[in-house]
Amino acid sequence: MIENHLSLLLVALPLLAAPIVAVLPNGRLPWALSTLVSWSVCYLAAWQLMNVSSGQVISYELGGWAPPWGIEYRIDAANALVALIVSGIAALTLPYALKSVIKEIPHHQHALFYAAFMLCLTGLLGIAQTGDIFNLFVFLEISSLSSYALISLGKQRQALTAAYQYLIMGTIGATFFIIGVGLLYAMTGTLNMVDLAQRLPELYDHRTIHTAFAFIMVGFALKLALFPLHLWLPNAYTYAPTVVTIFLAATATKVAVYVMLRMVFTVFGFSFIENTPTDELFLLLCVTGILSMSFYAIYQKDSKRLLAYSSVAQIAYMMLGIGLGSVLGVTATLVHLFNHALMKGALFMAIGALIYRVGSSRLEHFSGLGKQMPWTFAAIVIGGLSLIGVPGTAGFISKWYLVLAAIEQQHWLIVGVILMGSLLAVAYVWKMIEVLYFNATDEREQQNTAVKEAPLMMLIPMWVLVLANIYFGFNTELTVGTAEQAVKLLMPGAN
Amino acid sequence: MISLASEQLIILAIVLPLLAAVLIVLADKRPNLREAITLISASVVALLVITLATRINAGESPGFDVFDVVPGITVSFSIEPLGMLFALVAGTLWLVTSIYAIGYMRGHHEKNQTRFYAAFAIAISSTLAAAFSGNMFTLFLCYEILTLSTYPLVTHAGTAEAKRSGRIYLGILLGTSIGFQLLAILITWSVAGTLDFQQGGILAGKLDPAYAGILYALFIFGVGKAAIMPFHKWLPAAMVAPTPVSALLHAVAVVKTGVFTILKVTLYIFGSDFITSSGASDWIIWFAAVTILLASLIAMTKDNLKARLAYSTISQLSYIVLGALIAVEMSLVGASMHIAMHAFAKITLFFAAGAILVAAHKKNISDMGGLGRAMPFTFIAFTIGSLSIIGLPPFGGMWSKWYLALGMVQTEQWILLAVLMMSSLLNIAYLLPISVRAFFAKPKEGVVYTEVKEAPLTMLIAIGLTSLACIVLFFYPDPFYNLAVDAATGR
Repeated sequence: MIENHLSLLLVALPLLAAPIVAVLPNGRLPWALSTLVSWSVCYLAAWQLMNVSSGQVISYELGGWAPPWGIEYRIDAANALVALIVSGIAALTLPYALKSVIKEIPHHQHALFYAAFMLCLTGLLGIAQTGDIFNLFVFLEISSLSSYALISLGKQRQALTAAYQYLIMGTIGATFFIIGVGLLYAMTGTLNMVDLAQRLPELYDHRTIHTAFAFIMVGFALKLALFPLHLWLPNAYTYAPTVVTIFLAATATKVAVYVMLRMVFTVFGFSFIENTPTDELFLLLCVTGILSMSFYAIYQKDSKRLLAYSSVAQIAYMMLGIGLGSVLGVTATLVHLFNHALMKGALFMAIGALIYRVGSSRLEHFSGLGKQMPWTFAAIVIGGLSLIGVPGTAGFISKWYLVLAAIEQQHWLIVGVILMGSLLAVAYVWKMIEVLYFNATDEREQQNTAVKEAPLMMLIPMWVLVLANIYFGFNTELTVGTAEQAVKLLMPGAN
Repeated sequence: MISLASEQLIILAIVLPLLAAVLIVLADKRPNLREAITLISASVVALLVITLATRINAGESPGFDVFDVVPGITVSFSIEPLGMLFALVAGTLWLVTSIYAIGYMRGHHEKNQTRFYAAFAIAISSTLAAAFSGNMFTLFLCYEILTLSTYPLVTHAGTAEAKRSGRIYLGILLGTSIGFQLLAILITWSVAGTLDFQQGGILAGKLDPAYAGILYALFIFGVGKAAIMPFHKWLPAAMVAPTPVSALLHAVAVVKTGVFTILKVTLYIFGSDFITSSGASDWIIWFAAVTILLASLIAMTKDNLKARLAYSTISQLSYIVLGALIAVEMSLVGASMHIAMHAFAKITLFFAAGAILVAAHKKNISDMGGLGRAMPFTFIAFTIGSLSIIGLPPFGGMWSKWYLALGMVQTEQWILLAVLMMSSLLNIAYLLPISVRAFFAKPKEGVVYTEVKEAPLTMLIAIGLTSLACIVLFFYPDPFYNLAVDAATGR
């Protein structure tokens, strides 16, 4: 019984939980219910992935209306993987959230905070699950609106500006997307992705289709913060409450990359993209994005902002795989989607633990903390190594596939840029590690001698992610295996 | 003696130091227990590698896969003669260095000793794992772990200078390994479809010989640990570390992992025949030759004893690289043997430098006039080490130079032979004056050495053992010679 409605439950559960959480009395109850929901959703997502991991496709008709008229949830390995990332990160972030939220968010807003969190989870999962592009837009708005609210809850006043900036940029992105969807609908009369994929090839030369494609690409490039449309992201990540940063950094951009994959490969088809300058444009933007954003990261003085710029660079890695358009490239994109969620999740959680103890995210306030908080420090080291792509960590696997994809097509410049990006990552990761490892030598830097290790409630989720970073550096059955299945369905002609 | 299968011994040799690292951290507050853990595990590891070496000499070649990382890429370990030789050197010298380190760390009142011993044990574990690597991926993995685990040792002092040195250390080692070595590995994988070490190489017939030179250069310069100029700066920078670290890691384990990697790539990725037939090493050879001479010349200008020894190491490492690049049997035997011979001699020199620092608090050579009469044992050992580095009989260092020179004669590389001989002269010029000054020169004005005694006993024991080894290896080089010949001829 449940199995048949698995795909819907994933979305419905957090959606139904949100209003209940909102009316619960402030205190631990809203947190407890949200955590429970996120765990059940995570369980369902794992179940769903198991069902599709060997190449099957689940087609769920919403309300029993047959597609292409009704809304269809169409789950293959790619969706299932993204759904697992989103729900898994939520299930780890919420236990972590308890203490952090008490410290950072006023007591009377706790219930609303968790309600918004549930809505954001609903939106992101919905985007991952749905096979209908208008439905996708609806979920996109649910997740975006709730994340604007979540970001604005940040303690500093700049959080409001950051949220506002994101609101404007995000709305432009969403508007572009819906314009594209409208044009597609006008041309084909359908909103179902599979149906669109069948109808589009005969219209490939039509200018409206090209226009629609351009609107959709730009719209989502804004949402996923593809360089140079990333300007909202550093501020949003820096000023949002820590928990929100963790969750959004590990999931929101990943979901947007997934949509990009869907649009490029399932809906339009890569043969269409190849005849437009899009793939070259992607490569160009990614190459400049990786280099410039990594450089930016090196010069940041705030740990959250540093990681935020690193995220923009890492997103460019994922888009690079799409731009290459090969089996290896898309595999790399999907693997990195998963691995980057692990590393950024772990790193932001560790930074969050430091912020919890020190009350600031500025690097100079962290000096010498490695000694007082050895577990948090170790988490940053391992997460950082994964970000660099040192062998034995998940990040290495992503880099491995990505470089192989570039070598395969003899794109030596891209090979160089990817490796250069790793070296720049060494520089910005080590900037954090040095601060934590060495005691302050400068008098202006504050001495942290009374600081204790982070509470266990924060350490456990953090270390689950840290260990996952190592585990998926050695065992890639889940990541690479699922990615390969997904690529088979995304690019049926290849191989 | 030990009834376990060789495969189990390999696992034990790699896991035991890791386990020791954990126990060392747990024994943080009890220094005696902590040092006992180090000594016991080091003894067991020494026993393990010796047992393994006798079995390899008897013809065994154990190996096993641990697990697949991605299809086709496995973490796997296997022993061939070259790896065994390296493991034998690193494994036995860990025990000697541990004895030495206890005296040094206590005598010099170092802080954070727990971190020191723990990181040391992890570094040894990754060195042994590198020596036993069954494919290039595993070797690369261990190579990077070794780089990272030695970072806390290099920056041990925690000063601004240590921080700066740490940056150079990581910057060059990670930079070259990610920028060049990883790229070379990826290209190898996409060309050959495997990364296994195979006799005769995996690239012959698959890679266009015209590109062999470029790929080989990516490997050679990608192995920053071999300290070929212009990627050598990290080694002098690493000298801010406590002396036991400089002795074992930056004269033996880390740098030898570098040249070992180059030898492995030469023998089992390219294959020596492919190197000679494709001319892959024709121009890289000159980088090694220049490194030998330039590093020797720079060594002469250094007044700081450890800095001088560091440049000497850079020069000596390129001997091994040169042997690999010439890629004929004799030169490969010489290169492999030099891993061992240089290790015993150079560790003696570093041990002596540390003893001088602890006992007399002297770092600079110009301050050591007359010190030899106050510390005769230390300086006699220093002289023995120096002579072995120079390559004179009756010291072990003669053999490796002998075979290297034979290889050059065989390939009629007369210029390289001249470089080798010139370098020996330079060795004399920068090493022997130190002993001469210590024994025969007068102390600086106002300096009296009545207070200065020899270093603590444990340090002297270690110095005695390694300098003795330098002599014994002249008369009985067989353990290393047999392994080196087996490796070079591909038994």
